[in-house]
Amino acid sequence: MSLLQITNMSKTFGGLRAVSDFSISLEGQELIALIGPNGAGKTTVFNMVSGFYSPTEGSLVFKGKNLAGLKPHQVTALGIARTFQNIRLWHDMTVLENIQISQHYNLGYNLLDAFLRSGRYMKNEKRLTDRGYEILEALDLKAFALEKPKNLPYGLQRRVEIARALSINPSLLLLDEPAAGLNSADVKDLIKLIKWIHGEFKIAIWMIEHQMDVVMSLCSWIKVIDFGVTIAEGTPEQIQKNPDVIKAYLGDENI
Amino acid sequence: MQKLTVPTLLLAMTGVVVFMSHQEYIDLYIQSVIMFMGVNIILSSSFNIVNGYMGEFACGHAGFMAVGAYVTSILNVMLFTDDKVFGNALLSPELAVFLFPVTLLVGGVAAALAGVLVAIPSFKTRDDYLAIITIAANYIIISTIINMDSIGGARGFMGMKKVLFAMDDSLSVPWILIWVMVFTIGTVFIIRRFVSSTYGKGIIAIKQDEVAAEIMSVNTNRMKLVAFMLSSGLAGIAGGLFAHILGYINPNSFGILKSTECLVMVYLGGMGSLSGSVLSAIIFTLLLESLRFVLPWMDTVLHYAHLLPDGYELSQVWKWVIIPLILILLMQFRPEGIMGNRELSDIFPGLKRFYSFK
Repeated sequence: MSLLQITNMSKTFGGLRAVSDFSISLEGQELIALIGPNGAGKTTVFNMVSGFYSPTEGSLVFKGKNLAGLKPHQVTALGIARTFQNIRLWHDMTVLENIQISQHYNLGYNLLDAFLRSGRYMKNEKRLTDRGYEILEALDLKAFALEKPKNLPYGLQRRVEIARALSINPSLLLLDEPAAGLNSADVKDLIKLIKWIHGEFKIAIWMIEHQMDVVMSLCSWIKVIDFGVTIAEGTPEQIQKNPDVIKAYLGDENI
Repeated sequence: MQKLTVPTLLLAMTGVVVFMSHQEYIDLYIQSVIMFMGVNIILSSSFNIVNGYMGEFACGHAGFMAVGAYVTSILNVMLFTDDKVFGNALLSPELAVFLFPVTLLVGGVAAALAGVLVAIPSFKTRDDYLAIITIAANYIIISTIINMDSIGGARGFMGMKKVLFAMDDSLSVPWILIWVMVFTIGTVFIIRRFVSSTYGKGIIAIKQDEVAAEIMSVNTNRMKLVAFMLSSGLAGIAGGLFAHILGYINPNSFGILKSTECLVMVYLGGMGSLSGSVLSAIIFTLLLESLRFVLPWMDTVLHYAHLLPDGYELSQVWKWVIIPLILILLMQFRPEGIMGNRELSDIFPGLKRFYSFK
């Protein structure tokens, strides 16, 4: 059984067909990319997978469970984590709190326990703190645990956001333009980080990315969409030579 | 040691105030100021859950206070006193002493249920639109009460003094003062525990980035429901206490003006600061009470200096010019309030030795 099976997924906004007949199947440990010119509908695909939009047509099945009608927090609890193009951390809380709050799917206590500070509350709060430090340690962020993300450099904020996504133990990690806004040194670190995460956590990673060096050096399979329609898919070498892709990016030579 | 300093201090303070009231060292006026301070602390700190920690802009807090005030009052009058409308006491008046806190909690639960009225629209609506909904909810509650003749309608509802007398007959201590202090301390206590738990921090996550909260597995709809119900439930308890301090309630005293008072207190103290809410409620109460003396004094001075025409008197109505003026000045010069989103321990780190505020 495949991890994620998307069949003929489409999304229309009024008269606009943002994504049409999108299909993909992930087995479990791939590192793939979704590319396409601006406005091609890449983020719309991610928004449907993570539950923000419900597809107009088609189906999404994750670990044998249909995602139709699930809220984003329920999708996350099933094991799909994501990051955003513009970093969306809780900037006025500490890095550690950012991780702790992301464990809401698995708090292990309820409101009454919080009022009474019961044994269950104490035990689980400690577990959340330990979990926070564990993931921060793994990503070399432990030194910043008590800093606020807004005070960290952009590259580190990106790392914190990835740490936060990993903290929910995902089986599929969606990265929406992880290299956006990073300088070339940070991009090199990011490539190393994603490679390491892929090897260490043994999860499927699916990214949207504009920087071709990132995509080409990381991904084994690339899917290209333009105006919501899949125009090509294949290995990096095949994509680089594909005339349709070149046309979508650079335009047609005989106008 | 560190944990017990503040509770011990609060217990001692409650004991001293109650003892001094009982021995009549402090008169009824000062007692009532202390009690209004307590009610205002409950109102501002509970309002802070939604407006400060969750970052919504609700403006109908007084409506929930009205629900709590009416439910608790009617319940007490029905159970413990002989009333023209509700007939003879259903229970023996001696039980009032024991059941009074229970009726307060019932009023709180009723107000929490009324809070669902604004919590459900909040799932889809934010900001200005939600503000309009909360004002509308406030009006719905007030008009419903005005149009219920059996509970006095626009004339108001009374009889709560008899409940207090019944409690006094059982044991002569300042009961209402004790319950105000107990519920005030209790409110601040549970709010502090709520917002310092990872569960409660979910509402702070909603304020800082709702999309991120939802994607990082926070059930935002449930958290909003919890926050609105907790906030309005505590307002209901404040309403129940308020009704019994005055002994008389009128639907119009829970209108938009009262909600504005709550807003002023929250913004004065600082959004998302619990110690700020407590501090601003105390300052605000003292300010309002001092106007009682300052306004007549200013009236005399201005007449003496011939700055006011002889026929005009500077009356207490001017209070309603001064309170909004405070809000305007505050928004201009210190929009983050007295404390911002910091707690006392952030400003005076030395206090951490005695108590962890977060």
